[in-house]
Amino acid sequence: MIHQFDAVIVGAGGAGLRAALEIPEGYTCAVLTKVYPTRSHTGTAQGGVCAALGNEEEDSWEYHFFDTVKGSDFLGDQDAIEIMCYDAIRAIIELEHMGMPFSRNEKGLIAQRPFGGHTKPKDPNNPFGERVPVKRACFSADRTGHVMIQTLYENCIKRGVKFFPEFFVTDLIVQDNVVRGVVAIEIATGEIHIFHAKTVMFATGGYGRVYRITSNAVVGTGDGFAIVYRRGIPLEDMEFVQFHPTGLWRLGILVSEAARGEGGVLKNKFGERFMEKYAPTIKDLAPRDVISRAMYTEIREGRGIQGPDGTYYLLLDLTHLGAEIINKKLPEITGFARIYLGVDPLREPIPVQPTTHYAMGGIPTNVDAEVVIDDKGTKIEGFYAAGEVACVSVHGANRLGTNSLLDIIVFGRRGGKKMAEYVKEHDFPPLPKDADEWTRRTVERILNSNGKERVSRIRKELQEIMMDNVSVFRTGEGIKKAIEKIKELKERYLEIKIDDKGKKFNTDLIEAIELGNLLDTAESIAYSALNRTESRGAHYREDYPKRDDQNWLKHTLIYKNGDKEPIIKYKPVVITKIQPMERKY
Amino acid sequence: MKVTLRIFRFNPETDSKPYYKDYEIEADPKDRVIDVLHYIKNEIDGTLTFRRSCLHGICGSDGMRINGKNMLACSILLQDLGYSDANKTYKKPLVIEPLPGMPIIKDLVTDFTDFWKKYETVKPYLITKSQPPERERLQSPEDAELIMEASKCILCACCTTSCPSTWSNEDYLGPAALLKAYRFIFDSRDEATDERLDIIDTPNGIWRCHTIFHCVQACPKEINITWHISQLKKKLVEREI
Repeated sequence: MIHQFDAVIVGAGGAGLRAALEIPEGYTCAVLTKVYPTRSHTGTAQGGVCAALGNEEEDSWEYHFFDTVKGSDFLGDQDAIEIMCYDAIRAIIELEHMGMPFSRNEKGLIAQRPFGGHTKPKDPNNPFGERVPVKRACFSADRTGHVMIQTLYENCIKRGVKFFPEFFVTDLIVQDNVVRGVVAIEIATGEIHIFHAKTVMFATGGYGRVYRITSNAVVGTGDGFAIVYRRGIPLEDMEFVQFHPTGLWRLGILVSEAARGEGGVLKNKFGERFMEKYAPTIKDLAPRDVISRAMYTEIREGRGIQGPDGTYYLLLDLTHLGAEIINKKLPEITGFARIYLGVDPLREPIPVQPTTHYAMGGIPTNVDAEVVIDDKGTKIEGFYAAGEVACVSVHGANRLGTNSLLDIIVFGRRGGKKMAEYVKEHDFPPLPKDADEWTRRTVERILNSNGKERVSRIRKELQEIMMDNVSVFRTGEGIKKAIEKIKELKERYLEIKIDDKGKKFNTDLIEAIELGNLLDTAESIAYSALNRTESRGAHYREDYPKRDDQNWLKHTLIYKNGDKEPIIKYKPVVITKIQPMERKY
Repeated sequence: MKVTLRIFRFNPETDSKPYYKDYEIEADPKDRVIDVLHYIKNEIDGTLTFRRSCLHGICGSDGMRINGKNMLACSILLQDLGYSDANKTYKKPLVIEPLPGMPIIKDLVTDFTDFWKKYETVKPYLITKSQPPERERLQSPEDAELIMEASKCILCACCTTSCPSTWSNEDYLGPAALLKAYRFIFDSRDEATDERLDIIDTPNGIWRCHTIFHCVQACPKEINITWHISQLKKKLVEREI
């Protein structure tokens, strides 16, 4: 079946929904999602969304800008970061006007709390001197993402946005650098649909499921990354993978940084508050890359706690916070600890370990969410990307907590506005013949394949090798091992056999296609990580432990090259106001 | 331990009617129900079909009937269902069925069309008539607290599909939609209270709630939905007077 829409948005998380609200009356817009919109992964964000509102204490967007640049280990593009931090204040007020239910302070203003890496100068007259934590994260208990996705969806209902829930997008239709639509499988029927469009936005979220331990939903299979990578569009900075310090031990379920924002501390097996050693000024509120490395180091040096299954964890201690703060401000994560680990955070510390959390890299875009494929800013006409799948880059080598919810509403909106202009100025480009050929072939191959391999087995082996070799600490040798394994798994992927051969709601088939996406995404991560012979932000190479601005203050662009080794190019980092300096906390 | 899962199965392409299939598996008391379902799908029978996403009770995808009660498969451990001895072979099967009262699409996957239609009926968005201020609208912590519980709803449908009034009358709005109505009627920023009260003040609206409390028992987020509905009833009675 062929549909025609002026704008097609893939993904109904915060970025996709915010973009949809910008498509003007009189133009058609379809939002496709492989789940129901309110099930999107934005809903799992907990601790907050930051903006220098100054509701609790003096703050400025320029402090926020400095923190984000420094947090990115100077790899973030400063023009984009400036736009985001400046626009944050308007964006939060807008969400409030849309109806988002925030927690409030005594003055009736949006309540704010401290978060990792968010600081201000201790002495305002000495802006580059010592810095102290600042209350910048706007929140709704520890359900900020949940109420954000609800509010954006509600506003889409109000506007009558057309949704295609449980449509799994498999391909981007692009020819001569002009986007022409997407191909999707309607999960309920198994039917393949072509969506012919003037503009397409990918807001498809992350790839956490490339790794064994992750905070990401099962649907975080890197679909958007893999689809564009296969179509010859590069991916930017894929080596930068964020590991959140506090995942629930063994499960990886997120325990928000808000727990430390509210005063929680990390401890090792001797009860020592170890972050005092690694980040003497802001301690447990250091950025995530710093804390995750510290935790791995503690465990390596024998100060972790070993569980009955032989794996190690550390402790997140909230017991001194008291029932009032825990029950009012951190109710969800308290529930998680109780349900999944049988631990009551009021009385005992929570066992935690770093968990794969966020993709700093992704589809390269400019500050208007337009996809650009090289260092000259060459565009794919009509193609946009926003949210986690995109790399603007505002997060550089390490994202600060609360900047992801901000990223999606700022750049989702900017992309939506550009799409609105584009649909007015352009006609539908012709659809190529057999636009759905790749999808048809892939579906047929998987349904008819009679090999010996199980999807779940290959997926598990991929997740293990990536966790062991391309996570917090990396070496060239380890990454090469992962690359060899990915090659092997790709071969074996051609020999899979699935049990469900039907058409209707065939999740066996969907998972098989998702596995292909995981494999291609993992390839782009591993090769990018092998290539960058320095340590910066979340990318830490034990064989190259220093940041090397002389050779590596640049973005990676990785291009798929058939079955051969991918091609790597670069583009410069945009530096406007802050020159790279030593990054200490 | 050994546990048998007795799972409701129905494939619209091959089955004329649903049936139950038993799977005897090795499991750990600390496994979530979703973990054992994943185990069966991954290792034994890839045709088993169910929805899931976040795996920690916030996306609302995996509501199902587990040993006769609606709950999220990702938010309950086997040990909390009585399967707590790691060395035991349990005879009594763990029964997994789709949410009741909804059309079945396949196995544990149900059709949510009607659920979303009712959600949309109550105008689930803030309505304001006055011009917003330049900054945020003010709201006291107490007023914010009034809608905090209702804002927790994850739209999993565990409540609505557990409600006998929903089973007996398919036109009843149901607890989830009424809770959403509450969330806006009691939002100090909303300016459409009368319009909203009119929508629920119908025989198939709020008055179909007979305070059976099944919704409260079913809610995985522990929201006291019946209390919220009673506040709406009170508001309607006050309006009459």
